[in-house]
Amino acid sequence: MSTIEERVKKIVSEQLGVKEEEITNASSFVDDLGADSLDTVELVMALEEEFETEIPDEEAEKITTVQEAIDYVVSHQ
Amino acid sequence: MSIEGKVALVTGASRGIGRATAYALGKMGAIVVGTATSESGAQSISEGLAEQGYKGKGYVLNVTSQESVDSVVKAITEEFSAPLIVINNAGITQDNLLMRMKEDEWDSVIDTNLKSVYRIAKATMRGMTKARWGRIVNISSVVATMGNMGQSNYAAAKAGMEGFTRAMAREVASRNITVNAVAPGFIATDMTHALPEEQHKALLTQIPLARLGQPEEIANAVAFLASEGASYITGETLQVNGGMNMR
Ligand SMILES: NC(=O)c1ccc[n+]([C@@H]2O[C@H](COP(=O)([O-])OP(=O)(O)OC[C@H]3O[C@@H](n4cnc5c(N)ncnc54)[C@H](OP(=O)(O)O)[C@@H]3O)[C@@H](O)[C@H]2O)c1
Repeated sequence: MSTIEERVKKIVSEQLGVKEEEITNASSFVDDLGADSLDTVELVMALEEEFETEIPDEEAEKITTVQEAIDYVVSHQ
Repeated sequence: MSIEGKVALVTGASRGIGRATAYALGKMGAIVVGTATSESGAQSISEGLAEQGYKGKGYVLNVTSQESVDSVVKAITEEFSAPLIVINNAGITQDNLLMRMKEDEWDSVIDTNLKSVYRIAKATMRGMTKARWGRIVNISSVVATMGNMGQSNYAAAKAGMEGFTRAMAREVASRNITVNAVAPGFIATDMTHALPEEQHKALLTQIPLARLGQPEEIANAVAFLASEGASYITGETLQVNGGMNMR
């Protein structure tokens, strides 16, 4: 079983089409990884599917970096 | 990428334009899911498809219920796979002069003909963005641009649908999903069957081709927009009306 961090990075990599090596915890989806608004919505949906949770819009807006995504998942396990 | 083997959802496929469209897509090798509002309607869609030798089946769907839309999309995805071709065809008329139009006549036409498109697009979009391929074709009407006496509700819904088509087309273009509309003129179906003889005659004088269209003539246009051949067309409304609305 991979860790939450690995699973988040894998999803980010698949969704945004960037290599996992290029993704750090501090990476910002929009500024560093080139995500557009549709990408970020899809990314949140992919996280919801992977971790079987629902992320409300107000929370989703605050998830802008890889670390923030990991933190969200950890605190909502 | 041909549409062979892809799942196509056609709402309101029990009769008229929807049924003809379901068959046109079936002929192109799609797995066709057609919907009706009743169990018997769904059954006859299944039988009709089987008779023609096409893959697919009928489902019961009420486009005015998000719950119904969500559960049907889920069921289709489990039984076949996510629908990547969606034809929003289900529609109704409740004509009345504005001064007599009741609020529920207004609301039910807007709900069935316009809000339904929001519900279905929303429920199916994730499957298409994941696949990085999709086709949505909305069945509008010539009335959206020409207007028509007694159809303020219907014209508003269809014009709304065309605006929705263009906005969606921009939103999802980067995912290789096209969103278009087909605007039929007067087509020989149950919807136009009710017209009085005199009105029917007067109508024909407005149509250069001097006849009503057949459901198959709309279905051909829809099938084209759903095909790979239309891959560079998005946000467009294709007029199919015997020439009655040339611009
Ligand atoms: N005929 C024309 O001249 C014409 C012209 C321009 C545009 N159009 C448009 O083309 C489309 C099809 O028209 P048509 O003439 O083929 O219509 P039709 O023969 O009256 O068939 C309407 C279809 O919509 C379904 N439907 C109605 N309400 C529904 C609901 N709440 N939820 C789900 N399905 C529902 C019906 O299902 P049931 O069989 O179960 O009732 C039926 O399959 C409509 O959007 C119409 O506005 C038609």
